[in-house]
Amino acid sequence: MTDKGNNGVDEMQVDVYTHEQRKKGSIPEGFNADYLKLYYAKLFPHVEIFKWMSYGNDGKHPARDTSYFGRREFSFTLDNDVYLRFQSFNSAAELENSIKEKCPFKIDIGPVYSVDPAKRHAYAQAGDNVFKPVERELVFDIDMSDYDDVRYCCSGADVCLSCWPLMTIAIKVIDFTLREDFGFNHILWVYSGRRGVHCWVCDGRARRLNNEQRAAIADYFRVYKGNENSHRKVSLAGPAMHPFISRSYADVLKLFFEEKLLCGQELLSTEERFQMILDMIPDESISGQLQERWKASWRPSMSKEDINIVRWGQLKHILQSGKQKAPVLRRCVEEIVFTYTYPRLDMEVTKHMNHLLKAPFCVHPKTGRVCVPIDPEHCEDFDPTSVPSLAELLEELNMAGSSNADSGWEGTSLAKSVSFFKSSFLQPLLKSCKVEMESKYNDAKIQEMKNSMSW
Amino acid sequence: MSDGLSRGKKPDEIGALVTELWKEHMQHPNPSDVMNKDIISHFVLRLVYCRTEDLRKWFLSMETTLFRHRFRLESLEVQRMLMSEFKLPFKALSNSEFEAVKEKLGQVARSINQPLPTVDSTIFKVPFEEVPELVAGRRVYMLKGDAYVAMNQVASLVVTQFRSHLSKALVLTNRKWTSMIQEQEKDRLTPIVEALSSSYLGPDYSQPKEYAEISIKDIDRVANSSFPLCMRHLFDKLREEHHLKHGGRMQLGLFLKGVGLKLDDALAFWRVEFSKKVGTEKFDKEYSYNIRHNYGKEGKRTDYTPYSCQRIITSTPGVGDHHGCPYRHFSEENLRAALSKMGVSSRTADDVMDKVRHRHYQLACTLTFEAIHSCSCDAGINHPNQYFTESQKILQQRSQAAE
Repeated sequence: MTDKGNNGVDEMQVDVYTHEQRKKGSIPEGFNADYLKLYYAKLFPHVEIFKWMSYGNDGKHPARDTSYFGRREFSFTLDNDVYLRFQSFNSAAELENSIKEKCPFKIDIGPVYSVDPAKRHAYAQAGDNVFKPVERELVFDIDMSDYDDVRYCCSGADVCLSCWPLMTIAIKVIDFTLREDFGFNHILWVYSGRRGVHCWVCDGRARRLNNEQRAAIADYFRVYKGNENSHRKVSLAGPAMHPFISRSYADVLKLFFEEKLLCGQELLSTEERFQMILDMIPDESISGQLQERWKASWRPSMSKEDINIVRWGQLKHILQSGKQKAPVLRRCVEEIVFTYTYPRLDMEVTKHMNHLLKAPFCVHPKTGRVCVPIDPEHCEDFDPTSVPSLAELLEELNMAGSSNADSGWEGTSLAKSVSFFKSSFLQPLLKSCKVEMESKYNDAKIQEMKNSMSW
Repeated sequence: MSDGLSRGKKPDEIGALVTELWKEHMQHPNPSDVMNKDIISHFVLRLVYCRTEDLRKWFLSMETTLFRHRFRLESLEVQRMLMSEFKLPFKALSNSEFEAVKEKLGQVARSINQPLPTVDSTIFKVPFEEVPELVAGRRVYMLKGDAYVAMNQVASLVVTQFRSHLSKALVLTNRKWTSMIQEQEKDRLTPIVEALSSSYLGPDYSQPKEYAEISIKDIDRVANSSFPLCMRHLFDKLREEHHLKHGGRMQLGLFLKGVGLKLDDALAFWRVEFSKKVGTEKFDKEYSYNIRHNYGKEGKRTDYTPYSCQRIITSTPGVGDHHGCPYRHFSEENLRAALSKMGVSSRTADDVMDKVRHRHYQLACTLTFEAIHSCSCDAGINHPNQYFTESQKILQQRSQAAE
């Protein structure tokens, strides 16, 4: 059965199309303007995106800000690589019509500005940054190609089920920390369509962060310093690790390293690979010892245990045996694990309020796959190789026939993703926006009363 | 102080520097005169440095550093008083709250080599937005959006408030200046204000001037003779791999602009290299826009200035990156290899490494310059384009003398 890894929503719903049936379709895989036109006409969840971006300001509450949605920047990348920035819309219909008309190959979402981006030039004369971002989700971008030095199965733009656990790790570590340490609740994880994941933190508190605060959060997560020009990439020296670091190690990194990556990536099976790890041990007598041992031995095939596991055990034994007193060795095992597993963020994406990020439910031009949400609670079940593609979805639409002309994504493989987006993310978010709006409104009323009484 | 910071002095060295400078410039037998001098000079500087984004940024950075050190030197009472004056939204933990998080607080303290908190220590619970520096350095325990700050970390809280307060004041001062005062004072204060601000910031190399502009055929030769190590490394990597990531493209690209490479030549140069890896079509589509952007021909048409050493040193190159300052970001082994490739003797390399160990990255670069050109460089290197200019000057003088 197909499994999109969403939580137990609609367990009773029967999957209309098996994976095999989808594959047999007559629509060839690919990505082009015609497919996209249909996608935007029938499948892209315009209304849900509008509701999200309105954060409750599209309702009837007296405290609503009717200008809010219109001050959000969207940017469209068109077929001929024309890039339209500072697009803004005043209603769901305007947004939807513009998307259908322009058929953008990529839609990016920018910040909410102090004024409608379409009017920015009028304010530029006043000088002093009167046109500037005032709200923006806290975002993260994790790209598999940043892990090329620690994965052997693929490189560059490819991803597979052997290296995808690196993304799972990133989601688990970051999601938990955002909730536990920073107190955020409304977090959306999205598959980037090809080789990574994006994270959107949508709490009001997050949207109001300035660049310095965003940089601080990005730095809080930063552990990995350096590149091929400097040796030591992770340095965990010190008598203790910060609770966030030790928790990430104990709850996620160690587990995934030992149970998935060690064997999945065969990190110690060849000389080239194990040498990379041995080079991280600052004591040459120890690394030399292991090197000799491993170069010489080749376990006979009757041994049951995987060679990577055996060697890792030997390495740990020597380094953690308690005979090692040198401070640099104390954390060597952890540092190795961190190097191979710890999330690698693109700092620049997180630090700047005006950084544009691709909208969820876009289709990736190179893979044809839809940027679907990922459920962080079940992210270990997410399979990037079976994310619905544009061609598959159009095939499903075809087969559903004209009776389904208006219901769009319902009944297709996209249904689960959209309903997950709505029930797990959008509804709770809008509910809390309403609460926030109410309390802000009440506070303002009370203040008004105080002011009018106080003289 | 600006000089001290750019030479990578450590916090307590800066503290000593501040005390020394204070004694030298601000002393006066009459204490109220000292205070006047302090206040007046601060406001004069506000006026001088409010007028552009760059000036404001520089002044904020200096004034914040100074404030931080002066605050540290004050007694605990005064510190507490300042905190309440700034109306900081902090709450001291109750005993029971403390007990609940004691262990985690201890773990954090040990991770940053600080004394363990006890029942008597004052710990504050503060929204994390108030203490970005502490969060960035993982120097506080974090729980549900609150940072748990120790008394001795309090300086950070106050400094952030000071900085934000001063930043707003500078913007207001600028508004008033441009709308009223500049015109009113054009015969009195304005000329003084304008002269004062330009004497502190060095040339920014945004308009390459007197020396000969270079063209593509010169590049390999001048790279070899006159590029500082940071740019040589980027240049060599580009030639080798026919690609650079964004940080590297910016750092090298802007440097080349400052060195006098014209836009057309720049486009041709990058194109030759990148097309070997990604093809000319992709280059034209994805990379040429950014090059034109750097030259101020696209978008908001800002003519970007080449990065100074300070900016390069504080950058954070990640995986696959080659920008940054090699004296800071390279391992000892790799740095020595790179220096030797430049023709630096191993004895000089030892001196250079000594500077690096003390985090005097710019002095290390200056030493390299001196070794390669066999002459002294008294000014000290604080901008890659300065290195280039000085180098070219020397080489041209020598070739002229030889004729």
